[in-house]
Amino acid sequence: MAYGYDISHLLSASVLVFSFLLLFQGRMFGLLNMFVMQAVCLSLTVASQAHFQNAPHLYVTAAIALFFKAGIIPYSLRRIIIRLGIYRDIETIFGVGLTLVVGVALTCLAIMTVMPLAHAQELSAREDLAFALSVILMGMLMMITRKNAISQIVGFMSLENGLVLAATGVRGMPLVVEFSVAFSILIAFFVFGLFVFRIRESFDSVEIHVMEQYRGEKQ
Amino acid sequence: MIPIAVPAVIALPALAAVVLAIIPSYRLGAWVNLLVSTAVFVISASLFHTPLAVSDYFLLDEFNIYLIVLNTFVGMTTSIFSATYISHELENGKLSFGHLRFYHAMYQILMASMNLALLSNNLGLMWVGIELATLTTVVMVGIYRTPAAIEASWKYFILGSVGISLAFFGIILIYLAAQPIIGEGSASLTFTKLMVSSAKMDPKLLSLAFVFLLVGYGTKVGLAPLHAWLPDAHAEGPTPISAVLSGLLLNVALYALLRFKMLLAGNASVLSPGPILVTMGLVSLVFAGIMLYQRKDIKRLFAYSSIEHMGIITFAFGLGGPLANFAGLLHMTMHSLTKSAIFFAVGHISQAKGTQNLADIRGLGTTHPVLSWGLVLGVAAIAGLPPFGVFTSEFLIITTTFAQHPLLAILLVIGLLIAFCALLMRLQEIVFGPPSETSRPVHASLAPLFIHLMLVLLAGIHLPGELAQWFTRVAEMLG
Repeated sequence: MAYGYDISHLLSASVLVFSFLLLFQGRMFGLLNMFVMQAVCLSLTVASQAHFQNAPHLYVTAAIALFFKAGIIPYSLRRIIIRLGIYRDIETIFGVGLTLVVGVALTCLAIMTVMPLAHAQELSAREDLAFALSVILMGMLMMITRKNAISQIVGFMSLENGLVLAATGVRGMPLVVEFSVAFSILIAFFVFGLFVFRIRESFDSVEIHVMEQYRGEKQ
Repeated sequence: MIPIAVPAVIALPALAAVVLAIIPSYRLGAWVNLLVSTAVFVISASLFHTPLAVSDYFLLDEFNIYLIVLNTFVGMTTSIFSATYISHELENGKLSFGHLRFYHAMYQILMASMNLALLSNNLGLMWVGIELATLTTVVMVGIYRTPAAIEASWKYFILGSVGISLAFFGIILIYLAAQPIIGEGSASLTFTKLMVSSAKMDPKLLSLAFVFLLVGYGTKVGLAPLHAWLPDAHAEGPTPISAVLSGLLLNVALYALLRFKMLLAGNASVLSPGPILVTMGLVSLVFAGIMLYQRKDIKRLFAYSSIEHMGIITFAFGLGGPLANFAGLLHMTMHSLTKSAIFFAVGHISQAKGTQNLADIRGLGTTHPVLSWGLVLGVAAIAGLPPFGVFTSEFLIITTTFAQHPLLAILLVIGLLIAFCALLMRLQEIVFGPPSETSRPVHASLAPLFIHLMLVLLAGIHLPGELAQWFTRVAEMLG
């Protein structure tokens, strides 16, 4: 069991590591590649949980994560990037250094919030939850610091990775929940895809600050 | 045993959405939309007479029966308004036939998902309902495809999705708290089972879960400072959607939040949600009241008024106790009816004047007397003038607050007065004065507008005994 604990621990920690790597990617394709790696790690984590928790339905979740988040979604985003011709560096609001410092602070916050809780729970469940919360907060941080609609999508998807991590780290979370997450990602993605084209069509750019000039009551 | 009406009010609109997506004629589509909404209302009204029931996935108690009837009623009247509204938008060329098929299908999916959220006994299922309702309204807000509409729906999407994700994390924490006591599996997400054993759950986990749920669902309720999406989404989308957003979706999100408040009430050592809700409610009320003065867009004006009223309702539930809860429930109902009526009027007014810009909507009293009466009555009602029902509920909230916390009551009254003056000032500019230049006759469906106002008036003059008893029972449930 200790061995199993180490494996899942390592894997879920690597999801967090990729969250950090996502924070400072300067190029669109780099960002997508990191996201794919994160999704693969997530899928492996979920699969290891399925094995060690003896919960075969988690394999379905792992497969969904692998198929959509490491496959279809990055592939489509890549095509959107190529079609719109936006390979160039992504503008961030803060510099890389400050963003990473904030990321570290958020991780500390997550650990300090979650670890003292839930003494009834096993250590592994608590640690997984701390990782998951860090990934969620990091996703939010990314959505705040990036100015480009596509990198906001990637931020949101990595936030959702944190949710899946949290949901599967807890023993016996019912299947309903996993499906609902998968389902919401799917729909969210369609909506996102639809939007990026509409945004581009209307604003000639996918930069958020260009969009904000059109806020109602501002003209 | 769950009555068949429960799955019916969810499945019927969902099926109708499929049919509506296929129907090519928009007139037929509007009729089907209306017929289905009416049928769903009739079915849900039958729930008043069925015994309360619980199953693993559905829950039928007095709290959600009342909301589901209100929801389907406003859904029905809005579908009448929507039929005339969209035919005008079609003439204007703002929408095309293809858009309308999509619009009608989305309207029914929205109704289905709100009904699902209200009736589900499983926290995950309820979350799915709210998520789906959010996503459908996101695409509806962006339907005009103007830059402002896309900006608004993108913002709504981002804020709404992040909010709803945080709520999901809150649900995972609730599961974590429940699992050692109830056991693994979906039982630990079943609301009625959680209620029974909430006293034994880890209070720290429950408290943390509530914080996430408050931020998550609170964003959907539009409580300040989480309200940023709300005015834009209301202003840039089609007006029937503004009516449904303000009148219904905000209530559904608040309903979810109140369910969790009930859950926390069962555990003595958990943080007390009351003071947090009171604070957020007051902040929303005062903030929105001040913001009302600077509005240049008529729909944005009433969107801020919705933030104000959600603040009042949240304040009342935060205060707690049978009287404040009763007032909160009454205010929830009155606000739904009045605000959707106002949006019905505003929709036709902005079509008549060809703009949503407040400065260009002048002298409505001379150009469109009937519509302007509708707006005057609606604004009088929402501002809290007697003898409308909003006055009754606000009066109840003020008196209860004075009895319990006089200092808070002063803040509450100040907030209400700020908003009151702002609304009357704006109303005067819109209705009186020389008529603005652009103005054309508009074919308006006045029935939904005046039916809503009539109901609000009747509730203000005499609240039927049965309804009052119903609210009293729900108020006791809410604790």
